[in-house]
Amino acid sequence: MRRTRRDALTFVAFVAPNFLLLAVFTFWPVLYSLYLSFFKWNMIAKRKTFLGLGNYQTMFTDPVFWQVVRNSFALAGATVLVTLAIALLLAVVLNRRIPGRSLYRAVIFSPTFTTSVAVAMVWGWILEPNYGLLRVILNWVGLASPNWLSDVHWSLPGIMIVVIWSGLGYAMVIFLAGLQGIPVELYDAARVDGASAWQTFWKLTFPLLSPTTFFLVVTSVISALKAFDVVSIMTDGGPMNSSNVYVLYLYQNAFQWFKAGYASALALVLFVLIMAITLAQMRLSKRWVHY
Amino acid sequence: MRDDRHSREPGRGTTLSKALTALLTHLFLVTVCVAIGLPFFWMVTTSIKSPTEVQVFPPVWWPETPRFQNFVDAWESAPFGRFYVNSIIVTCSGVVLEILIAALSAYAFARIRFRFREVLFIVMLAAMMIPGQIALIPNYVTLKHLGWINQYAGLVIPHVSSVFAAFLLRQAILSMPADLFDAAHMDGLGHLRCMLRIALPLARPVVATLALYLFIAKWNDYLWPLIVTNTQNMRTLPVGLSMVQKAEYNIGPEHLMAASLFVLVPVLVVFFTAQKQLIEGIAAGALKG
Repeated sequence: MRRTRRDALTFVAFVAPNFLLLAVFTFWPVLYSLYLSFFKWNMIAKRKTFLGLGNYQTMFTDPVFWQVVRNSFALAGATVLVTLAIALLLAVVLNRRIPGRSLYRAVIFSPTFTTSVAVAMVWGWILEPNYGLLRVILNWVGLASPNWLSDVHWSLPGIMIVVIWSGLGYAMVIFLAGLQGIPVELYDAARVDGASAWQTFWKLTFPLLSPTTFFLVVTSVISALKAFDVVSIMTDGGPMNSSNVYVLYLYQNAFQWFKAGYASALALVLFVLIMAITLAQMRLSKRWVHY
Repeated sequence: MRDDRHSREPGRGTTLSKALTALLTHLFLVTVCVAIGLPFFWMVTTSIKSPTEVQVFPPVWWPETPRFQNFVDAWESAPFGRFYVNSIIVTCSGVVLEILIAALSAYAFARIRFRFREVLFIVMLAAMMIPGQIALIPNYVTLKHLGWINQYAGLVIPHVSSVFAAFLLRQAILSMPADLFDAAHMDGLGHLRCMLRIALPLARPVVATLALYLFIAKWNDYLWPLIVTNTQNMRTLPVGLSMVQKAEYNIGPEHLMAASLFVLVPVLVVFFTAQKQLIEGIAAGALKG
C-alpha cells in the first residue's frame, strides 16, 4: 500500500516537467488560438475587439488566402510526386549490393539535415537569372533561363526545385527501410515462377511497399503545407504573392501586420486541415494498404 | 544493410547485358549525386571568388586565386562571433534539457506503476498531432507575460518538451530486462538512481542518436528564434545570416556564401562523422512511429 503511494508520487514527479511544458506550450496554444480567432487584436493593446466569426468570414473572401492555399497544395502535390518517384527508383537501385552504395546514400541524404537558411542562400544564388549556375546548365541543353524568383510564373517552381532537392534523401532512406522489410522468400518464389524484374516490381515490391509509400505521402504533404524557411528567405512570398505559402502568410499576418486574430484563425484552419489528413490516413491505411 | 538478393540470378542475362545494367545504374546514381552535391560545391567555390569573378557569365567554376579574405569580410559584416555563442548556448542547453526531460518521462512510463499511466501516455502522444505553427502566437504572448522575449529562456524552454524522444527512450527501457531493475530496487536504489545509473547508460546508443538529431534540429531552427529575438545580439546563426542577406549592406554573393558556410560547417561535421547512425536512426524511428 505505501509502496503504491510512493510509486504514484514518483511517477507524477518524473512526468511533471514534460507535461507542464506540453500543457503550457502545446495544448494551451490550441485553446488560446481558438479564443483569439474570434477577436481583432494587435498583440499589444489591452483590449481585444470581439468579431464573432468575422475572421473566418474574412478568410473566405480574402483572395490572398485562396492563392496561398492553392500555392501550398501545388507545392505539396508537385514535390511529393516528383520526390517519391525519384526516391523509390533510388531506393530500389541502392537496395542491391553495388559498389559505392553507402557513399551514394550519404551524399543523397546529406541535404536532409542541412540548415534551411543556408540552403535558401545558395539556391537563391544558383537561380539568379544573370550569373546563376542553373542558367549555364539550361543553356547547355539549349534552353533560356527564366527569371525564376522574380517572375510570377516561375517563383513557385523555383521553390519546388529546392524542396525536392532537400527532401529526396529522407524519402529514399524510408523507402530503403521499407524494402528491407519485404521477406526474401517472396522474391525467391517469384523467381521460381519465372517473373520478370518488371513484373516483380509492380506485382510484388510496389504493393508490399504501399504502407511505406502511404506514410511518405502523408508526412510529405503535411511538411509541404508547413513550409516556411526556404520561401521566407528566397522570395518572401513574392512577387505579388505568387510564391506565398500558408505558414508564411500566417507569419506575415501575425508578426508583420500584427493581425493576431486573423492569424489565429489561419492557424486553427491549418490545425484542422492537418488533423483531417492524419485521421484520414489512419482510416484509409487500413483499407488501401496491403500489410 | 541487407545482402544482395535480387541480383544473384543465375542464368538470367548475359555478362554483357549485366555490365550494361551496372553502367546505367551507376550513371543514374552519379547524375543524382552530382545534382545533390552541386549546390554544396557552388557554395564553396563562390565563397572564395573575387567580386569580379562573381559577376561574369558563363560563371567561373574555380577562382584563379582563392580569396580567403571573403571569410574575414563576411565575419566582420555582422557580429557572427556573438551569433555563434548564442547558437551554441541555445542548442546545447536545449539538447541536454530535452533529453533529461524525455528520459524522466520515458523511465516513468516504462518502469513505474501508476493507475493513469496508459491514459497519460495517450495524452502525451496526442501532443505529436498538434502542429507547432498553431503555437506561434500563443507562445509569443505567454513569453511576453513571463518576460522571456529576447531571452535565452524564451528561445530554449518552449521547445524542450518531448514526445518523440520520450517515446523512443521508453521503447529502449522496455527492452531492458526487468530483473535488472528489481535487483537494483532490492539493493535500495531509488527510481532516480535506477534511471541515471542503469537505464540511461544501457540506452546510450539511443541517447547518442537522439542527441545528434536534436542538436541538428535545434541548430537549424529558424522560425522560432526569428520571432522571439528582436535585437542583433540575441540572434542565433540562421536568423543572423538571414538578416545579413535582407539588410542592404554592401555584401556580395561571395560573402553570403562564406557566411552560409559559418552556419553549415558544424552541421556538416556532425553529419559526416555520424551519418550511418543518423540515417539508420531516421529509418528506425519512422518505422516505429
